[in-house]
Amino acid sequence: MAARTPKAKVAEADVPAPTMDSLLATKEIVVACGPGGVGKTTTAAASALMAAVNHGSKVLVLTVDPAKRLANALGLDGIGNTEHRVPDSAFRAAGVKPRGELWAAMLDTKESWDSLISHHAPDDQTRDEILANPLYQNISGRFIQSHDYIAMERLYEIHSAAEYDLIVVDTPPTRNALDFLDAPERLADFFSSRLLRWLIVPYRSKLINVATKPFYQISDRILGTEFMSDISEFFILFQTMYDGFVERSKAVGRLLSDRRTTFVVVSTLEETPLREAEFFAEELTARKLHLGAIVLNKVLPDYLQGRAGAKVAEAMKDRAEDMAAVLAPVVGAGDPTLGDPAQIARVLTEVADSYLNFQVVAVREMEERATLAVTPDVLATVPFFDTDIYDLSGLLRLGEQIWS
Amino acid sequence: MPADPLMPILDRKLVFVTGKGGTGKTTVASALALLAASRGKKVLICEIDAKGELAGYYEAPPTGFKEKEVQPGLFAMTMDTEASLREYLRLQLRIPIVGRIGPVAKAFDFLAAAAPGVREILTVGKLCFEVRDGDWDMVVVDAPATGHIVGQLAAPQAVNGLVKVGLIRNQTDWMLEILSDPAITGLLAVCTPEEMPVIETIELAVRIREETTVQLAGVIVNRVLPELFGRQEEAVFEALTAPGPLAELDGLVDGDAGPVLEAARLAVTMRRTRSTHLEHLREGIDPTVPMLYLPFLFARSHGLRTTRQVAESLGEELGY
Repeated sequence: MAARTPKAKVAEADVPAPTMDSLLATKEIVVACGPGGVGKTTTAAASALMAAVNHGSKVLVLTVDPAKRLANALGLDGIGNTEHRVPDSAFRAAGVKPRGELWAAMLDTKESWDSLISHHAPDDQTRDEILANPLYQNISGRFIQSHDYIAMERLYEIHSAAEYDLIVVDTPPTRNALDFLDAPERLADFFSSRLLRWLIVPYRSKLINVATKPFYQISDRILGTEFMSDISEFFILFQTMYDGFVERSKAVGRLLSDRRTTFVVVSTLEETPLREAEFFAEELTARKLHLGAIVLNKVLPDYLQGRAGAKVAEAMKDRAEDMAAVLAPVVGAGDPTLGDPAQIARVLTEVADSYLNFQVVAVREMEERATLAVTPDVLATVPFFDTDIYDLSGLLRLGEQIWS
Repeated sequence: MPADPLMPILDRKLVFVTGKGGTGKTTVASALALLAASRGKKVLICEIDAKGELAGYYEAPPTGFKEKEVQPGLFAMTMDTEASLREYLRLQLRIPIVGRIGPVAKAFDFLAAAAPGVREILTVGKLCFEVRDGDWDMVVVDAPATGHIVGQLAAPQAVNGLVKVGLIRNQTDWMLEILSDPAITGLLAVCTPEEMPVIETIELAVRIREETTVQLAGVIVNRVLPELFGRQEEAVFEALTAPGPLAELDGLVDGDAGPVLEAARLAVTMRRTRSTHLEHLREGIDPTVPMLYLPFLFARSHGLRTTRQVAESLGEELGY
């Protein structure tokens, strides 16, 4: 087996310190979240893969928008919303024999909304009317917060079916990393709001009182009567599903704060994403949600740190020509065309400059890491991989870094 | 075959800057505005996602809905859709709203949450309003990320599809006129030479063409790593890392040269991986769309100094 689990470190009190290994072994839901562009999807996939390989669990990775090659690696190409088992052949190609099963699914927002409507609609006619309503089509397709809600809703649905030991979900890229947490509650609030109730009274026939009058006047002038009655009709239809929706979104909220659910915040050590991740981690704690781990991705290698390397690079830069003269016969020993001192000097200077440049970035990253204000149970650091991750072997390499 | 060259970016009056999260969208938008201002234009930069980060790129205190001068000739504002609605009601519909009157504030919450496109139309509307009636040579928008920009720019059509009459309908027509005119409006997509950003940028180009009337005015490839070696130099580098020359080099530098050479190898591999993505990007984008390259900044931090460096690189790429 290519992937082995390192033994958990035993703390002084004989309580094993939590690791990514133990986290994935004890939780039922892992929510990977954090700013955009930091490798959330890959981290979620690698974590799920490690759990399937090492724990013998049946694991599902529910992903929002994977890179095409990653989707291919997981066998997700073109299958959309349905759950799909990653075939043994993919594992064989990566040289591992998993103890468990890895399943994968992609989130299709529109399809998920449609199935939610079908689930809650009291009868077929209402269902069809809603699905055909232009306002609904706009909301399900374009309404930004609908992604946030539906991702959590889908998670709830899959968890309720009790088909998996572990579900790792990758959150949609949101304007604000917290949107998806608030989405269930916001939806419930929205459906119970007084304004909505005003609208549900068929438009034009309602009693207009002092409080609601300005609202209708303004709405009418801005949007026109026709559109207002469209909205009204839509919400009359939606009203039939009100109880189901509110109850459901509350249940989704409860699941997120359940002990079996943990959150993994993914970030890089760049300043902006890291501050955002930090804010998010603080917010999770404030909401009494379980902050299981912080995973720091794309960290530059340690050898870029330290005075010793910088001293060597500076020496190479300052005395490039002298050194090149000495090196020329040695470098050109096998192939005389490589023994040009001027060229060797240029290479030495480039190499030294590049080291010093990258050191600036590496040192900055190290400082950022030192100032990290939150302390999760697990802090995992993943080095910069020099190639992209697009197959199971790549995910395994990443997974082992997260694991250790 | 090159068609008519596109309208140069700095000659447009309304430029939206988008990009996948983490590609440096705000850096590029703030640099573009700074460059335009340094060339004597009176510029407004507007931040849409109110994270309040934009001001930091100019070392200025946080901005609000009312624009503030953050650099000579450069004004910054943060979009606030409720304030935009109020301004719109007052100026366009002549409905004055004083303070946060209960039902109206709630009505706004409702409209923004329930009626699709309202929030977007108020944002785009405010920007178009500044272009038409404001005293600006250029309006630069730090727009939503690639996932949300299409919905934003397509909002006027979406609203036209839903709202057949009423005052909003009358308003969307002149907005569309501004957005559809490539001599006035353009979109810049910021991308890094990495897999996901490249895929998203190519998809964005298609959706912008098919679903909006805005023209893609350019793609900015950000964080391009320097090329360390030519072919012959790379052979020399390989020869240097062999045990014999490496031992000699260790002696010459009086230390361990291994990590320094290793770092160069990492830089070379990184650049190589990225250049394949760059090729995909070039293949996937219409060749008439200009592509501009900005170097990876080995800088210490964000701030005005970084913004200025990026503005200079951008100026060089644009031929100034």
